[in-house]
Order: sequence, then C-alpha cells, then structure tokens
Amino acid sequence: MAAPRIMVNVPKTAARGEIVEIKTLIAHKMETGHRMGLNGQRIPRDIINRFECTYNGALVFAADLFPAVSANPFIAFTTVAVASGTLKFRWVDDHGKVSTTSAKITVT
Amino acid sequence: MKKFAPLPHGLRRKGGTPSRRYVLRGLAGSAVVLASPAVLAKQPAQVVVVGGGFAGATAARTLALSDEIAVTLIEPQAQYTACPLSNAVVGGFRELKAQQFGYDAFPKSQIKVIPQRAISVDVAARRLRLENGTEITYDRLILAPGIELRFDALKGYSEKAAETLPHAWKAGEQTLLLRRQLEAMSNGGVVVMSVPANPYRCPPGPYERASLIAHYLKAKKPRSKLIVLDAKDSFSKQKLFEAAWQELYPGLIEWVPLSSGGQVVEVDAATKTLITDFGKHKAAVANIIPPQSAGQFAHIAGVADNTGWCPVDPITFESRLQPNIHVIGDAIIAGGMPKSAFSANSQAKVCASAVMQLLRGETPLGQKLINTCYSLVAPDYGISIAGVFEPRNGLLTEVAGGVSPAAKPRDFRAQEARYAQEWFETLTHAVYG
Repeated sequence: MAAPRIMVNVPKTAARGEIVEIKTLIAHKMETGHRMGLNGQRIPRDIINRFECTYNGALVFAADLFPAVSANPFIAFTTVAVASGTLKFRWVDDHGKVSTTSAKITVT
Repeated sequence: MKKFAPLPHGLRRKGGTPSRRYVLRGLAGSAVVLASPAVLAKQPAQVVVVGGGFAGATAARTLALSDEIAVTLIEPQAQYTACPLSNAVVGGFRELKAQQFGYDAFPKSQIKVIPQRAISVDVAARRLRLENGTEITYDRLILAPGIELRFDALKGYSEKAAETLPHAWKAGEQTLLLRRQLEAMSNGGVVVMSVPANPYRCPPGPYERASLIAHYLKAKKPRSKLIVLDAKDSFSKQKLFEAAWQELYPGLIEWVPLSSGGQVVEVDAATKTLITDFGKHKAAVANIIPPQSAGQFAHIAGVADNTGWCPVDPITFESRLQPNIHVIGDAIIAGGMPKSAFSANSQAKVCASAVMQLLRGETPLGQKLINTCYSLVAPDYGISIAGVFEPRNGLLTEVAGGVSPAAKPRDFRAQEARYAQEWFETLTHAVYG
C-alpha cells in the first residue's frame, strides 16, 4: 500500500517561549467497523488509533483516536517553542502500520 | 356572533365572476364559513411577505390567486438580480441586465408592494415594523430573507476586503467586479477560488463558476490557471463536472479538497493571498465564497437557531421558533433540499397553499416538492440535477432524483445547455413576468 498523504504545518521560526500552533492531517478512511458492506458483512474496523508528536525527542502531544473520529483526521495543537530542532509525528493504525514525518523549527 | 352572516367580504372574488370555490363555499353553508378566523373578521386575511427574491415573489403571487387574502410584499430594492446563470456573466458571455427583474408586472390590485426594509417584528402583536416607521399587522407573516454572507467567519475577510477579493455570491455589482478583474488580469495570472463547507446557497454554483472561469481563461488567458480551494471533500454533480473539466479544460483547473488542505482559514486582501491550514496561495484574481447564514431579518425576527439557519415545519414552512411566521427559500434548514431558486419557488408555492388552508382553519397535508438545477460547464455544455422531496421525520427528505447521465455525446450536453436557458426563462417569467 502506498504511503498515505500526510500534511503538517509547523512555523519555520519562532521566538523562544512562544506558543506555536501545529496542524497535521493524514489521509485515512477511518472505517468505523460499524458499517455493513454491500455483501451484508460488516466492514472491518480500520482506523488510526494513535497519534504522537515529539519535540527534540520529548513527547509533547499524543492522542488516542476512536471510531467517531472522521476520515482524514485533522489534529491541531499548540506547544511552546523551547529550542531549535525537529518535531517528529507518528500515526499508528489498527494494522500496526506506522506513518511518520518530521519538520524543523528554528527558535531564536 | 350572527348565526346567518351575510356573505363575508373574503369570499368575494376581486373584480371577477364568481369562482367555483365561491359557489361551493356558498353551498357548504355558514358552519364552514364561520370556522375561519379570517372570515369572522369579515376582511381578507392579511398576509405579509418579506423579501422579493424567488421565494418571496413566488409566495406573494401564489397568495394573490386567492380572493380571501390581502397580500403585501415588503422589498426595499426596486430591482431583483437573480443568481442562476450569473456565472455566465462572470464568464463574460451574458450581460447582468438579463439577470434583473422588477415588480411592475405584479397585479397591483392584488399585491401591495412596499419598497421598504422591514426592521423588526412584534410576534405577540403580529405586527411588522418598517424602516420608515410604518407598522403593518398580519395574520400570517412569510419571511424569505435569503442569505447573509458571514464576513465574521473568515479571518481577514470583510465587506471592504470584498472590494478587492469579490465574493460575487449575491448577484449584482460583485458579479461585474469579478468579471472586470478577470478581464484585467494578465495572461498567466493565477485565479484562486475559496469554497465554503455546507450548507451554502447553490451547492453546484462554485463548480459551475470554476468551469466558466476556465472557459474564459482557455479562450483569453491560455497560460493562466485556476485553483479551487475547497472546505469539502466532495460536491454536487462532482463526477459530471470532473469529466467535463478533463474533456474541456485539461490541466487548467486544480481542485484542492479539504483532505488535501483545501480549507481556507484566512485571507489577506492587501496581497491577494489565501491562507489554508497547510499553505498559502497568492492570486492574481481571488474569488472568496464565504460561509453563509440565513438573511439578517431571520435573525432579527428570531426564526434562526444557533446553526444560523431557520428550522421550519416541512408541511407548512411555519417557523419552529415563532408562531404565525413562515420561512422559505435559502434561509431554511430544508433537510435534503438544496438552496436553489427552484427549491425556493417550490417551497413558496407549498407554503402559500398551506397558509391559505391555515387561514381557513383547515389542516394542510404534506406535499411533494421538486428541485431542478442546471449548471453550465461551457456556454454549450450543460448538466443537471433533479430531486423530489417530501416531509419525513420533520425534514424534507429526497424520495427520488438523479443527475445527467455520464458519457454522453456533446449534442446531449448542448441540449441541456439550451434547457438551462429555457429553465431560467420559464422560472423568471412565472415569478416576475
């Protein structure tokens, strides 16, 4: 399976101590497991169930996702710009498949 | 109460021979006649319609068919500019004048048109107040307030910003502004459109507009491109539009859905920049279709709920929030029924007939409503959608419908483009002619 489309928006620069907003989106069908297919069989659940963001290795945001979350989950959150470095993003789905991306931030 | 009332005024036909109903009413005897509150007053029932767009004008004309009702239409503008086909004005192959209609053809003896703005309503006293201070009492009030553009819902957008980044979502000067901007743009300039999430006026409208802008660019600015930033992942007649874009404008239109970061969250009028959650688009010409709500007077009258739209009974179109006030057209929460001119026309007829029945003390029954809507992809390429709706579970639910078939030859599309024109002429003739 091709890698899902991932979009993140992290400010390229920020002042030390500034609260910055981070936006993420991953393309995923988020199949709830409650729907019936055309064959009358239940369509198996297949969702992203975990999202994590680390900032220079430290976990700054995490979320457990459930079937009520819509397709293509969009997650926005804030963190404090403490130092220049890398934010890493990680999504895990019901099959254990891990999708990742990262972004750099320069803190002045 | 007199037992044998003389024939009440309300049963007399306005300057004509006795109608069949007149005769039947006479035969039915006084018991039926006395059941009607309007008849007790020995005066025609007063129905006031606010708003002269497709919904309001249709309601007024339908009510005027009844000899039991005195109809007043409140509309501040002498001229109404219709939205359907106004994208052809943007595309440069139709004049705005062809979109404009007045109220001169209305039968003056039956509809009193007051060129005023309604400013408030006293629901308990059933009294409407106009800008010039006049107060009008009504038995039933029908509001057709249309839409309000929510300038507060998009950061950086305002009425002032719309002079640089036109919405053109209420036809008129804004439509011409967008056209002039396209004409003034250099070959190679990027046009960017912003399309809101549902619900909004005319679901396929943004895509018809994209098509007709593309039609203009292909002919006049072949190095230009159109980017459509959308707050949705799917849209009305999508397969037909996308197939037509592939056929007519390959590579010219880039549609960016919500799941690809298409939602515009901020605009900057000074630099003509549209900002999405994940990026920025600098435009040579930008068309911002902002989020919308029911027209301003719906909020003043207290018939809009916290969604910004008006919940109504789908049989009578009476407001669920205020008694004796009916709401029709784009302003209502209509379930599956789209916000279109034809929907407004259908709703107005059903509402008018329900109002007549209610004034006679009868119980209106649910009726089926129809919507048809044509979109032009090019001047000679039309596609359509049609639906039949009926009241179910308190909303209007689609019970039948469909869209133009896929993979048809061009003469089929050309025929639908002609139907679109005829549809417009038929509808506007019925409402304003």
